[in-house]
Amino acid sequence: MIPLSWYLILSAALFSIGLFGVLARRNAIAILLGIELMLNAVNINLVSFWRYGDVTQMAGQVFAIIVFAVAAAEVAVGLALIISVYRTRKTVVADELDLMKW
Amino acid sequence: MATETLIWLLPLPPVLAFFLIVLFTNKNKALSHTIGVGAAALSWLGSMVVFSRALGVEHLGERPFTSSIPWLPTGETWLRIGVLIDPLGAAVLFFVAWTIFMIFLYSVGYHNFGQPEGDHDRPGLQPHGATVTDEHGHRHVVPSVEPMYSRFFAFLGLFAFGMYTLVVSDNLLTLFVGWEIMGLCSYLLIGFWYGKESARNAAVKAFMTTRIGDVFMLLGIAFLYSATGTLTFREIFTEEVLHALATTTTPILGLSAVGLIALLLFIGTVGKSAQWPLHVWLPDAMEGPTPVSAMIHAATMVSAGVYAVIRMFPLLTADFDGHTLTTAMSVVAFIGAFTALFAATIAVAQNDIKRVLAYSTISQLGYMIAALGIGAYVAAAFHLITHAFFKALLFLGSGSVIHGMEHGVLHTGNHHVDPQDMFNMGGLRKKMPITFWTFLVGGFALSGFPLITAGFWSKDEILADAFGHGHLAVFVTLAVAAFLTAFYTMRQITLTFLGEPRTKEAEHAQETPWTMTVPLIVLSVFAVTYGWVGIPEHFPLFGGILPNWFHNFVGSTLAEEPEALPFNLIPLMTSLVVALGGLLLGWLAYRNVKTPAEDKLQIPLLKNKWYFDEAYDFLFIKPSYWFAETFVYKWMDKGVIDGILHAFGHATAFLGTWIRNYIDKAIINELIGDGSARLTQWFGGRLRPIQTGRIQQYMLASLGVLIVIGGLMFSLLVK
Repeated sequence: MIPLSWYLILSAALFSIGLFGVLARRNAIAILLGIELMLNAVNINLVSFWRYGDVTQMAGQVFAIIVFAVAAAEVAVGLALIISVYRTRKTVVADELDLMKW
Repeated sequence: MATETLIWLLPLPPVLAFFLIVLFTNKNKALSHTIGVGAAALSWLGSMVVFSRALGVEHLGERPFTSSIPWLPTGETWLRIGVLIDPLGAAVLFFVAWTIFMIFLYSVGYHNFGQPEGDHDRPGLQPHGATVTDEHGHRHVVPSVEPMYSRFFAFLGLFAFGMYTLVVSDNLLTLFVGWEIMGLCSYLLIGFWYGKESARNAAVKAFMTTRIGDVFMLLGIAFLYSATGTLTFREIFTEEVLHALATTTTPILGLSAVGLIALLLFIGTVGKSAQWPLHVWLPDAMEGPTPVSAMIHAATMVSAGVYAVIRMFPLLTADFDGHTLTTAMSVVAFIGAFTALFAATIAVAQNDIKRVLAYSTISQLGYMIAALGIGAYVAAAFHLITHAFFKALLFLGSGSVIHGMEHGVLHTGNHHVDPQDMFNMGGLRKKMPITFWTFLVGGFALSGFPLITAGFWSKDEILADAFGHGHLAVFVTLAVAAFLTAFYTMRQITLTFLGEPRTKEAEHAQETPWTMTVPLIVLSVFAVTYGWVGIPEHFPLFGGILPNWFHNFVGSTLAEEPEALPFNLIPLMTSLVVALGGLLLGWLAYRNVKTPAEDKLQIPLLKNKWYFDEAYDFLFIKPSYWFAETFVYKWMDKGVIDGILHAFGHATAFLGTWIRNYIDKAIINELIGDGSARLTQWFGGRLRPIQTGRIQQYMLASLGVLIVIGGLMFSLLVK
């Protein structure tokens, strides 16, 4: 059986790729994709810990499913926001959306 | 009606008249004077009934008419008020009732009732005359009615109330109440023509001067009450009370309690009866209408002062052994004798007809006071009554003269002629015969014209008493004063009535209406006949024809009836010589005098009344003003009090400024308030750059922070 650490390493790698995407990419949609990657990295963690822990407890799987639902809702809202921003600003570049600046 | 009830009611009609006139009938002159004169007549009638009943009682002195009621509770005891008519009270009531009634009647004529309203008359000023057109179309100026006619009768009514109250009261408390009511009324009446500044000043002067005396009198009353616990005459004048008072000593001048009380009460009399040194108000009081002068200066107020001393005679003489005068009596005798002479010297040089009479009044009151000082109780009371009659007569007569002269002034229209200056008169005997004859009677009575006039008998009795008891200084002083009295009286009569008119106004003077002449005639009857009731028994020729009723009657008021003096020729001759000599000299000296310049006695010292007004002005009034204006107002009030307040103000303002500058502004505002704000601003300014608005930088920062915290927690917790 594949040891748990492999899953964790995969998960950490995936999370880091997502984090990098969020921090480094300028396109808002790409940032959203990065967030999705990070959420899925978390899901891998949740499921792996369930599988290697007490299998009779369903919590890990349930959490993963909740994360899916939340992620789906989040993407829907995020995309809607981006579309709205694009309509008013004609751009989806994150650096240019700096209205929160002092 | 029981006599006591009647006595209670005596003072009431005048005071009711006062309220009726003031409250309801003020607008109606005829109704007002009807009420006023009617009230005086009622009181007069009641007084006559009381007097006649008093005559019918034997030993009235021991069993007087008296009744009293409790009035004010004072702890365990009561202050009682009540009425008392003993022989002295009855005799005084008699003359008071007569003179008051006559003065009321006289006022009707004096204030020109029935004459038209004046052309320019204003309330508060003397009437100036009215122009009328007769049936032939001629225009005349005639006297005009007094604008405040009703008010005058109201004041007179209140005044009469005060006097009746004083006479009938059986205790010092109500006596003092009546006394003060008269003080108020004299103020109101002297200032009756308040439009004149001199009248206003005279009113204030009279009030203030008598007030000085009244304060001391009140002190005396308070002392008496604290010492004896009663103010009722008949309770004070008992052997035990008088003896207890006479044996108590006081720390003041070594006087006994009774002497001190008598002196304090006497100071009240000095003010009220215008004795030196408080005499200055009376001549100025001549600013009032003439009936007021008669009322105040003859019948009532000044007599009230002497009456009070006569009433208090047992107190004055409580420690008197019959030979050596006590301190209190010496003071009284000195002030009386001195005033008698002193005022007579001033009267010699006065030109105003009323002022001469005013000084003569002061002088005659001095006579009575001197008589009391030497223990001549009956003589003082006798002179008080005869004087009230003939002095009221003289004042009313002088008012009649002034009235006649004013008629002349209106006729010629020359208002610069003073109708009161005797040097503007002369020859009035032909124009005003009734006034002349009655004035002559009054003047002769005042001078003590022998045998027929009342003044002779009363004055002679005082002189005889002074001589008989060996008080030679008093005797000589009074004799000189009597000489001067006769002299200035004759001067007055000569200048006013004899010779030829000196001015056109005097030529056109006119006799006054019956309301003024009837009182003159009535009073002149008394000025002659009243003397006959007091002829000494041992007097040659006349003695014994009529019994010496007055001596027996009034003398019985005292516990020990005074002995009748044996007859002595020296005082009789003295009074004959001074009276006749003064009269003759006065006539000789003035029968040809035409102008004041020819009058040898117009020396400044006498003319200016020994400079007493100036001296008082310098000694008391100026210092008072200085005290009030400079000391109290400028120094104390504006300097010290305001200074303290200003200092507080300045100190507070300084403290406030200091706190504001160095605490509020510096610490609170700058340091705490502005400081914290600036600090926040500074931090804000420094932190501002990190808020770039770029979400990714924020996240990077969050990541950094997370890593740091995570690293820290890891290193701290896991190890």
